[in-house]
Amino acid sequence: MTRRMVIAILVLLVFGVVRMPFEAELEKEHKAAYFHGAKLDLSLREKIGQMGFLAALSGFRAFVADVLWIHAHVLWERTEWGAMKVDFDAVTSLQPRCVLFWSQAAWHMGFNASVAAFEDPKQPREALRLKAQHEYFKLAEDYLLHGIENNPDVYNLYADLALLYEMKLKDHCKAAEYYAKTAAFKNAPVFYHRFQYYELAQCPGHEREAYEALLKLYKEGENERLPTLLKWLGILQEKLNVPADQKIYIPPASNP
Amino acid sequence: MTAAAPIATKHKIFSPARVTAIASNTLLELVRLKVFYFLLLFALLIIGSSFFTSKFTFQEQFQVLKDVSLGAMSIFTWLLGVLATAMLLPKDIEDRTLYTILAKPVPRFEYLLGKFLGVLLLLFVAISLMAGVFLVILYARQQDALANAARLVPANALQEQLADIRAATFNKNLLPGIVIIYLKSALCAALTLLLSTFASSSIFTIIMSVIVYLIGHIQAIARDAYLASQTTTALTKAFLAIVALLIPDLNSLTLVDDIVVGNAISMVLFVKTASLGLTYIGIYFLVGYFVFSAKEL
Repeated sequence: MTRRMVIAILVLLVFGVVRMPFEAELEKEHKAAYFHGAKLDLSLREKIGQMGFLAALSGFRAFVADVLWIHAHVLWERTEWGAMKVDFDAVTSLQPRCVLFWSQAAWHMGFNASVAAFEDPKQPREALRLKAQHEYFKLAEDYLLHGIENNPDVYNLYADLALLYEMKLKDHCKAAEYYAKTAAFKNAPVFYHRFQYYELAQCPGHEREAYEALLKLYKEGENERLPTLLKWLGILQEKLNVPADQKIYIPPASNP
Repeated sequence: MTAAAPIATKHKIFSPARVTAIASNTLLELVRLKVFYFLLLFALLIIGSSFFTSKFTFQEQFQVLKDVSLGAMSIFTWLLGVLATAMLLPKDIEDRTLYTILAKPVPRFEYLLGKFLGVLLLLFVAISLMAGVFLVILYARQQDALANAARLVPANALQEQLADIRAATFNKNLLPGIVIIYLKSALCAALTLLLSTFASSSIFTIIMSVIVYLIGHIQAIARDAYLASQTTTALTKAFLAIVALLIPDLNSLTLVDDIVVGNAISMVLFVKTASLGLTYIGIYFLVGYFVFSAKEL
């Protein structure tokens, strides 16, 4: 019996040697297809506790991430932004391929926590409130950039980041860049290709480029001649001093 | 008057009929242990998860529902596979059934194969039922969300919203994900069977199986971390190499967490992953038989 057990162990070792290259190749293919991207390290262990970490290591990380997500929602109701961020960090580490988690984490930081920080009644100094607000914007940007790093094949996070640059960080050049990246996805909604030029029109030094792009869209037909596009054509024509005979769009005379 | 000569039937070395008989009896025995009561718990768990997520957006609700359901499927099938397999041999020895069967012209290979197939059938029935409950609940929730959207969303945004709801519920990768959960639980059952062929008790088998399960999940992470470390000694590297060679890398069969969030698995990748799982199952079973064939009963 002992001899058989020794042979059995040897067979398993030989099987291990044979399967190892195949498994290494398979692991590479899994990673290329965005599987196993979770970073289960000691910093995560501190955030989710021993049992959570053990569960995550045992193949139940999606389940642990959901529990933390529900907890983050409870914290949101209590407006505990700092604690929410800790949960979001853990959730996004556990499920880096879940676009929803990155998107919502960024939205909470950029659009909820930032407003709360700016309207903080306990902080009388406006400069400090603005600083706190800006820090939340940067946290949102950080989530979205990391989210894109983990999900470069999904358009949603590019669009979210463009919106953050447009609405909160007021960086229209970057907003244009990320709307352009969004529009490059075949499955992205069609309006993003217009959005990139609306933002480019507000990016210093790129007005001519934006004007020509908007003009091209205008010439494509009625479907593209939407109110915002017409508005920006009108503004750019004035800004670029387009001669009257070359103006393709004449804005309606404003009412007195 | 001459007595009719007995009809001599040739004993087959391998008989699928005998294996089928043992497998169906094993399944019947396991079913009689009322193991399917866990389905009630499964249904309660996934319906209960809805209460926690009622304030969430429909994407979050479907995300949690799928995570909880597929996570619960993984846990239940693994537990079922390990516990059912760990008690197969000790119970048959205790009941003396093993001696009755092996006293007949039933080879040990057929006996072990029949027993193992019985467990695989149990796992198949269990995962099919769980998948059925999950898909029915997911479908019901989808219909509810679609009806709500049709009622509340303005006409110009309705089609987009309906498409979003459909995309958030079903995706074609769920089925391969469930198949891989099944293969992983079957692998754990095969490993438990191997351990039980030389183990002295069911408790020992279960504990060993759970330990191997945990190591199987973390070995890839530990291996990468230690091998990348500059301070790793040759002894540590040798130890890690032995662990990696002896214990299956269960992480390679843990794809469902990413599939749930929409990760697509190509047919080639699915076939390769499934082939790895099947190879593990085959090897562990054959090694288990090798030990069992010389076991003193």
